Amino acid sequence: MSQQWLIEIEDLHARAGDAEILRGIDLKIGPGEVHAIMGPNGSGKSTLAGLLAGKPDFEVTAGSIRFRGKDLLELEPEERARQGMFLAFQYPVEIPGVANNYFLKASLNAIRSARGEEELDAIEFLSLVREKMKLVEMPEDLMSRAINEGFSGGEKKRNEVLQMLLLEPTFSVLDETDSGLDIDALRTISSGVNHLRSPERSMLVITHYQRLLDYIVPDHIHVLAEGRIVRTGGKELAVELEEKGYQWLEGA
Amino acid sequence: MSDAASERLGRLATETAAAAAADGPAWLGDLRIAAAGHFAEQGLPHAKLEEWRYTSTKPLAAHDFAPATPTPESVDRAALEALSFPVYACSLYVFVNGFFSPELSAPKALSGKVRAESLAASPAESLGQLVDTKLHPLAALNTACFRDGAQLVIPAGIRLEQPIHVVFLATGSANEPTTSFPRLLVDAGAGSHARVIVDHVSLGEGPHWTNSVAEATLRANAELEVAIVQREQREVVHSSLVAARLDRDARLSAHTLTLGGAWVRNDLAILLAGPGAECHLNGLFLGTGERLVDNHSMVDHAVPHCSSHQLYKGVLDDRSRGVFRGRVLVRPDAQKTDAQQSNPNLILGDGAEIDTKPQLEIHADDVKCSHGSTIGRLDEDALFYLRARGLGEPAARRLLTRAFAAEILDRIGEPALAESLGQLLQERLHLDAPGATA
Repeated sequence: MSQQWLIEIEDLHARAGDAEILRGIDLKIGPGEVHAIMGPNGSGKSTLAGLLAGKPDFEVTAGSIRFRGKDLLELEPEERARQGMFLAFQYPVEIPGVANNYFLKASLNAIRSARGEEELDAIEFLSLVREKMKLVEMPEDLMSRAINEGFSGGEKKRNEVLQMLLLEPTFSVLDETDSGLDIDALRTISSGVNHLRSPERSMLVITHYQRLLDYIVPDHIHVLAEGRIVRTGGKELAVELEEKGYQWLEGA
Repeated sequence: MSDAASERLGRLATETAAAAAADGPAWLGDLRIAAAGHFAEQGLPHAKLEEWRYTSTKPLAAHDFAPATPTPESVDRAALEALSFPVYACSLYVFVNGFFSPELSAPKALSGKVRAESLAASPAESLGQLVDTKLHPLAALNTACFRDGAQLVIPAGIRLEQPIHVVFLATGSANEPTTSFPRLLVDAGAGSHARVIVDHVSLGEGPHWTNSVAEATLRANAELEVAIVQREQREVVHSSLVAARLDRDARLSAHTLTLGGAWVRNDLAILLAGPGAECHLNGLFLGTGERLVDNHSMVDHAVPHCSSHQLYKGVLDDRSRGVFRGRVLVRPDAQKTDAQQSNPNLILGDGAEIDTKPQLEIHADDVKCSHGSTIGRLDEDALFYLRARGLGEPAARRLLTRAFAAEILDRIGEPALAESLGQLLQERLHLDAPGATA
């Protein structure tokens, strides 16, 4: 019996403006799997993350992405989100004038109604969001403030993982969610992410550092360099990279 | 400009003023006849006037607007209630085509001899004192022709906890283009504190010209907040003058919130007449379709130690046009003036335009004055962030547009009103691109 993949990326080439950034990515992720992508700055990690979520800044020049059997690249960003795609942003956007709780409720209800579930009213939403906030130790006053406005780096990342916990996506892409976090915040956020791991849900964890993978332990690690996956292995690959540095891979 | 329209309106002003003068007190009759003369001399303003460079008065000449009659019996109460903001549980005064309607109003007992009443019975002699009918021909037309209006007299030292609501309802008729002359007079006594919500709405189709004038006198240390909402249907044209005089240490917040109408021209004339006076002029205007919204403000710093803060935010969609001209005059004696003016604009439609022109005339040397205007589009990164969380593109655009407006809405002292206006703003945006899902 052939394996049912949740997401299949084949020979993906993409550019931003004149620069070719992805030069042939092949990656298949099955249900329940957690994959990590490591790589030096400029290797194309964030481009891949943005492409998966539908960021309009990139142009796919060749290859394909199939998500739950559908052509992902045909879908608008909101359609992708409604089908279970989630991107935890490396740099969450500050949006003055829109209250965080208003946004989270609108987002959750958009996703719920796409899944054929009843929308939550204000009271149901509040009790759900309180429960999830505890998992990421997020202060309650951040709910009534504008989205990410004046949040610390750690608070922004907690807000991303809170959204992930609320929306319960089938496939999550974490784009350097560990960057700028101290060890305590890293632990809390990782435990929030691990809370979502299940046989149906998959994740792609993008990071520059091995340390995140001590907390979110992946099934597979891929090393990205110059727009291609140059090595794939188990979790021991992260340790090897940490010891030898990315230079070790040059010429590989 | 159509001379025929000016002549016709000039005759209307002269005849109406003469007829009205026979009914009321002599001083008011004189005021009306003088105002009719001022209008007849000038006619409708034309584009050669600096004040009217960006805004054509053609829509005012496009129909033979006839003075509307009071027709409260024709008002569908349920339809009016459907238009109401949730704050209308407070004391409410409804005017139909400018005439007080006791049937539709719901006044509550007001504390401390506050008078909220129809102007027609016993107009205060301060009426018209703040309106320069030579400078403002359309206000001259109102002065000649208005037959009723709202008069709010707040005695010294009184603090009104609840806002007073005045609704000016225009009833359009598809058969006959009509015009109404809403009039409001506020006298805020020394040390008093009050809030007034003025809501211009319309029922029924057909062209209508609302030509409104509001005057407010703020005596020493008075505090007044006025929120003027314009949300009439799309065949209504609306010209308005708000004139205020602030005595020593008085504080005025005036919000002009334009979310409806086909063609809207707002003039504000604020005189800071006593040291320590402070005014905050906030504006939010929405252009959709081919609507034109023009805001002209004039703040006269006549004495030292006054401050004025103007923030006008425009949202322009489709092929709409916005105009903002903010004039600040600092007279030679007005040292230590603090005058700020800002006009950020959000352009949503490819065919939309804004003409923005701050104008500072400073004749004193020890002052702090600033102005700025910006023109921008929605932040693409914010848009993507919202869409990546499942919000459809039109919904995301609406939310970000509301966020742009929030800075103004948050300044309204009545949160329920601000919330309703935010909703209305989102509803009136035309963002549903073909095939998009909300």
